[in-house]
Amino acid sequence: MVTVTRDGALEWMRRFASELSEHREQLVRLDTAIGDGDHGTNLDRGMRKALEKLDGGEQADPGTVLKTVAMALVSSVGGAAGPLYGTFFLQMGSALGSDSEVDLPRFAAAWRKGLEGVQMRGKAEAGDKTMVDALIPGVGALEAASDLEGGLRAAEQAAEEGMKATTPLVARKGRASYLGERSKDHQDPGATSTYYLFKSAAESLAG
Amino acid sequence: MKKLINAPDAVVQDALHGVEAAHGDRVRVSYDPAYVVRRDAPVQGKVGLISGGGSGHEPMHGGYVGVGMLDAACPGEVFTSPTPDQMIEATKAVNGGAGVVHVVKNYTGDVMNFEMAADLGKGEGIEVETVLTNDDVAVEDSLYTAGRRGVGVTVLVEKICGGAAEDGRSLNEVAELGRRVNAAGRSMGMALTPCITPGSGEPSFELAEDEVEIGIGIHGEPGRFREKIGPASQIAERLMTPILDDLPFSSGDRVLAFVNGMGGTPLIELYVLYNEVAKIAQQRGLSIERNLIGNFITSLEMQGCSITLLRLDDEMVRYWDAPVNTPGLRW
Repeated sequence: MVTVTRDGALEWMRRFASELSEHREQLVRLDTAIGDGDHGTNLDRGMRKALEKLDGGEQADPGTVLKTVAMALVSSVGGAAGPLYGTFFLQMGSALGSDSEVDLPRFAAAWRKGLEGVQMRGKAEAGDKTMVDALIPGVGALEAASDLEGGLRAAEQAAEEGMKATTPLVARKGRASYLGERSKDHQDPGATSTYYLFKSAAESLAG
Repeated sequence: MKKLINAPDAVVQDALHGVEAAHGDRVRVSYDPAYVVRRDAPVQGKVGLISGGGSGHEPMHGGYVGVGMLDAACPGEVFTSPTPDQMIEATKAVNGGAGVVHVVKNYTGDVMNFEMAADLGKGEGIEVETVLTNDDVAVEDSLYTAGRRGVGVTVLVEKICGGAAEDGRSLNEVAELGRRVNAAGRSMGMALTPCITPGSGEPSFELAEDEVEIGIGIHGEPGRFREKIGPASQIAERLMTPILDDLPFSSGDRVLAFVNGMGGTPLIELYVLYNEVAKIAQQRGLSIERNLIGNFITSLEMQGCSITLLRLDDEMVRYWDAPVNTPGLRW
């Protein structure tokens, strides 16, 4: 049975950091269109810090890996992305406790806790044109799966669809909401970075 | 892009070193986490007053640290909220036992980070009250948006609350006064040119040579509409009408009129605008009892302005007039 281990979680975070670094300009462009243009630079900077913290210490389990990332993001990203991704990883890491191997049901339940944390902090619902629009379908796909590998691939796909579906939406949260109707026809940068979170999970954890 | 910088990533840090070098007699600077704090903090028995936000709006907020205004300010990266670790350290540094007020501009990131900091403060046994500013009438206030942005009134809240805190008023009194100032203030801005963040190197939006954007935000967020540039009298009217109608201000009101430059506007133009503002105020029967004219809440090198009107009461006037000694505001 495939499980998530500490090494898997570390690999996931490294992949996530490199996806953000690779797509930094894309995220900046998307955020410049409907926000303030800092999403790519801030997340890239935050995940670099997170990797420094991970490299500088020893983490016993996947939960500790995620909590370490959470604290690094909260103290280095700023903006809305810092508290939102920070809360996500903190909730998810806490839900995993100190388990050294995590199976699909427990992993999916931890994602759900992360999603709930993001919604508590940001007060966003489905359809508000935020990262939640990629998180909800992604987490749902993971929960519906019967094996980790298939679940991660399905979650990646569902998150990608959720991300693309933000394009015609009118933003109701964050700086993009100031644009009203003018926020239409732009893909949400937060949903886009969340898609990379799922993509990196599939690539690193699905074997 | 041409900027007077060493490197885009070093702008905030380098500027903080400059602040310390220039104003070390009045403020101390912490670099990790980053905040500017009054030299004599914490002042025992005085309510602490802190604010913070993205950099690029100088002199707000770091320039308002000193006697009679803020006890500390937390600078974020350019146009990016600071982080909770900065805010909690600043809160601890200014806590003289009477509690701490956080002045927070209503932007999603600022609000979330300050919320996390307030939670952490409570965990440390420090009483924290938050005053949220949301005075920008260019934004529709609705459940379906992040709400109105905090702009010009923030400077007035910081000055008036700073005066009250210096006068020994309690945590709740200072916070209530701040909320009253926010509730009685309205603002709107406009841009002649966009601004360029050091990180992106690109203009925040495109504006034709003969166009202006009415209702602009301080991070270059688009406004209500664009039009061909007209005379200052027309621009004053475009900004004043929504402000006056929103509160609404009525004949006989005593007001503070604040004409603010966005960073790239010459002072001579701000006085041209102030003259138009004064005319409109007079037509509406308002009595301008105090004014403030200059670059106080800016948007990097953007050319443009904002107007803030505050309906005054006696207590606000008293604390507005109280002595202040900060790098950015002094009398």
